[in-house]
Amino acid sequence: MRQGRARFITGFLFAPVLLYVVYVLVPYGQAFYFSLTDTTGFSPEHNFVGFTNYLELFSDEVYLRAIGHNVVILTLFPIFTILIALFFAFMLNIGGRGDKAGIRGVRGSSVYKFVFFFPQVLSIAIVAVIWRRVYQGNEGGMLNAILIELGLVDREKPLAFLGETDSVIGKLTFGEFLLDAPVALICLIIVAIWGSVGFYLVLFSAAMQSIPKDIFEAATLDGANRVQTFFRVTLPLLREHVSIAWVYLGIAALDFYALVVGLTPGVGGPNHATEVMSSWMLTNSFRPDRFDAFAYACAMGVSIAIITLLLAAVQLRITRSREKLEF
Amino acid sequence: MNAFSHTFLFIWGAMVTIPLVWAVIQSFKTDTEILNEPLALPEQWLFGAFGRAWTKGDIGEFFANTVLVMAFSVTLTMLCGAMAAYVLARYRFPGNRVIYWTFVAGLTVPIYMGILPLYLLVKDVGEMLGLESVIGVDTRGGLILVYIAYSMPFTIFFLHAFFRTLPTTIAEAAAVDGAGHVRTFFQVMMPMAKPGLVSIAIFNVIGQWNQFLLPVVLVKADDGPKVLTQGLLELATNARYETDFARLFAGMTLAMLPILAVYLVFHRQVQSGLTGATTK
Repeated sequence: MRQGRARFITGFLFAPVLLYVVYVLVPYGQAFYFSLTDTTGFSPEHNFVGFTNYLELFSDEVYLRAIGHNVVILTLFPIFTILIALFFAFMLNIGGRGDKAGIRGVRGSSVYKFVFFFPQVLSIAIVAVIWRRVYQGNEGGMLNAILIELGLVDREKPLAFLGETDSVIGKLTFGEFLLDAPVALICLIIVAIWGSVGFYLVLFSAAMQSIPKDIFEAATLDGANRVQTFFRVTLPLLREHVSIAWVYLGIAALDFYALVVGLTPGVGGPNHATEVMSSWMLTNSFRPDRFDAFAYACAMGVSIAIITLLLAAVQLRITRSREKLEF
Repeated sequence: MNAFSHTFLFIWGAMVTIPLVWAVIQSFKTDTEILNEPLALPEQWLFGAFGRAWTKGDIGEFFANTVLVMAFSVTLTMLCGAMAAYVLARYRFPGNRVIYWTFVAGLTVPIYMGILPLYLLVKDVGEMLGLESVIGVDTRGGLILVYIAYSMPFTIFFLHAFFRTLPTTIAEAAAVDGAGHVRTFFQVMMPMAKPGLVSIAIFNVIGQWNQFLLPVVLVKADDGPKVLTQGLLELATNARYETDFARLFAGMTLAMLPILAVYLVFHRQVQSGLTGATTK
């Protein structure tokens, strides 16, 4: 039996561990190793160059700008998604008629949830196909057509949306570092919010429903109105879920590759207007003007990992709940 | 308050639905109508674009590739994930914690870090084993193995927590009755873990169905087994297809239908499965 136990453990772990080591851990290790060399990715010969590739990242204008774009996304995307989702979760659960039995959710809340959640299950390719046409920069685009119909936009001068490189915050420079938020990038963030609100709505809504009713009743007895109840009772009890959402959205904000590639193909939109770290990394991996582009892109990949890990650590530290409430 | 809530909810509902419905309607129009009358309904509801998308646009082929890849990758992800999670959750042995945390650590590292070496690695592994046409680059097999590997951390993390919550007494009773480890796992533990398995299966189905980066990097050849996400986006971005807008919209509609069907039937499980998996 004892020998059978050891054999059983090994047998069950063998395939998962093997696959994981070969296809996940080994590439991570290789990426780090390659990033310290000048490898082309095609021939096995290469020299060890230390941290040169990493130092070059600091003078890569496009990469620095891409980091700036990720920072913009990181600032706008999580906060708007969470706020809108909380707002709707509140509407669904406590926004309905109040009667003797207490405050109710609105009717048809499951229908709303069904609709709001749907974009979450759509693949990014479908989302991209749809939104490219919605944002299309001539009178054939859905938004332009609607705005022209409403008389808000001149037929001769349709809005460019994804082609618009003007920055909504101007261009801020910090030494080598350029921070801008082109309209095209904002358009991408809107699509991301559009796709994510439903998911977090369902998440928050489920959390709200798990709060015992008597807590709300007690608050009502103490004379709290709905808005007070929401801010003083519901929100503090949702703290943990909001912080989870924050971490997930933060990680998603540092990605954005699929949206960038799907909606603004080429090199991250017009003149790198929507370039993010990951899209610039993959563009770099086959850059013709650098023989060691592969090694350089690997260094970029490692830097993305480091930035993501740092961010996750910071977020977890800030939002870590003081104590877990049980009810 | 009630009317106020409904107004806002309705507006967001419209914002979600209108682009989708609009895009679906475009697939029934002629190109001239799409370009000149973007908001109008089609003069005549044409279905030809669907046929063109399926055959000429290769949507049918992308579809078959995706379904074939996922039939294996999801099944094997569940099997491998459940086996590893079970052993790690219920058996004490030296190295248990190390293996578990190595898996979980994979959750924190973005996929971008290893994505470039991964291409070379899949190629090398295929060639080394003499199986480059089965599990090398530009093959479904290669894609399947990579999907499984990258689904392991979350699947194991989730199921590990789940197996821990199951009572030990039933497994012990099974052992007393003479069931071996393997039999206990398949006939006692797996049925008990069904709710957890369903959640994580849904998570993996949607995750792998929507996977985009891995196929883009691993399937580059023109005649490679492209999956739906990748193929559809190529239709959208590739200039030579731009002349047939209706076909692109039809392709998108076809790609959306199966997920819509699954969602219509299982929306409760999908919603609770995806969000529940997140908060673990």
